[in-house]
Amino acid sequence: MTLRTLLPYLFLGIAFGILATKGEVISWFRIQEMFRFQSFHMYGIIAGAITVSAASIRIIRRRGLTTASGEPVALPAQPLSRFGTQYWLGGTIFGLGWALTGACPAPMFALLGNGIGVMSVLIVSALAGTYAYGRLRPWLPH
Amino acid sequence: MDILTGPWPWYVVGPLIGLVVPALLLLGSKRFDISVNLQTMCGVHSWRDEAWNMAMLAGIFLGGVLVATFMQNPDPVAISEATRQDLALLGITDFQGLVPREIISFQSLGRLEGLILLTGGGFLIGFGARYARGCTSGHAITGLASLQLPSLIAIIGFFTGGLIATHLLLPLLLSGM
Repeated sequence: MTLRTLLPYLFLGIAFGILATKGEVISWFRIQEMFRFQSFHMYGIIAGAITVSAASIRIIRRRGLTTASGEPVALPAQPLSRFGTQYWLGGTIFGLGWALTGACPAPMFALLGNGIGVMSVLIVSALAGTYAYGRLRPWLPH
Repeated sequence: MDILTGPWPWYVVGPLIGLVVPALLLLGSKRFDISVNLQTMCGVHSWRDEAWNMAMLAGIFLGGVLVATFMQNPDPVAISEATRQDLALLGITDFQGLVPREIISFQSLGRLEGLILLTGGGFLIGFGARYARGCTSGHAITGLASLQLPSLIAIIGFFTGGLIATHLLLPLLLSGM
């Protein structure tokens, strides 16, 4: 990929970073409010995003739309074991971290951009967790 | 409230975030999942293959810089009064900014509860996202929208963990504050 082809993704990221900050989905306070069921705000954002995302995926599939360069658009299915252990167990572990820190992978970087310097510690810790999973994978149920 | 500096309502932000998914699919059949970048930084994927995702991550950082520079909200995040009261009981009383300074700042790293929250919480996010094959963007916004059962299971997990952390772990952790 040339630098030029990366530009659209950079701009998409900038738009998302602005939206996530102005919508306050990167705020620890909003995440706490969500997990205490005390406001519709976060649920409205998640539901709004899923609705638009689902409708557009449907349109892309129905019309057989292709990418800018003419390739077919693919959203491959994810593997699922009998009990789906990796999804509910991994998801629960992720959720613990999300509620404790009020951040998930994208918000960490948006918050860092917003001048919350301690997010660098959170990012390094998340990288350590990502690496640790790789080492422990053979012993974990999936 | 000023459109530039004030917070934006959910019915504007939600649908616009949803548009990121078709934009990525039509740009190059890419799947919206920011947690993949953590794996790329750990050497799991090739930087060349994930260059687009890293460019997007750089953009997210820059988006934050732009807001902080030109459109920062001067007021506290307008959370509900009930949440304010609950958090005050946990010892969180400074509502200025996007995150509570008492627990999320360099100063808080010097206290045991702050250190555990930031390093432990970060570890769980990175570990869990790779274990569950995706984060909020990957499973909630992309996976659920394309009706994938694994994503639904992962989101139930996200909420289970979130509720445990909010109602059990945080009160335990912050009781010493």
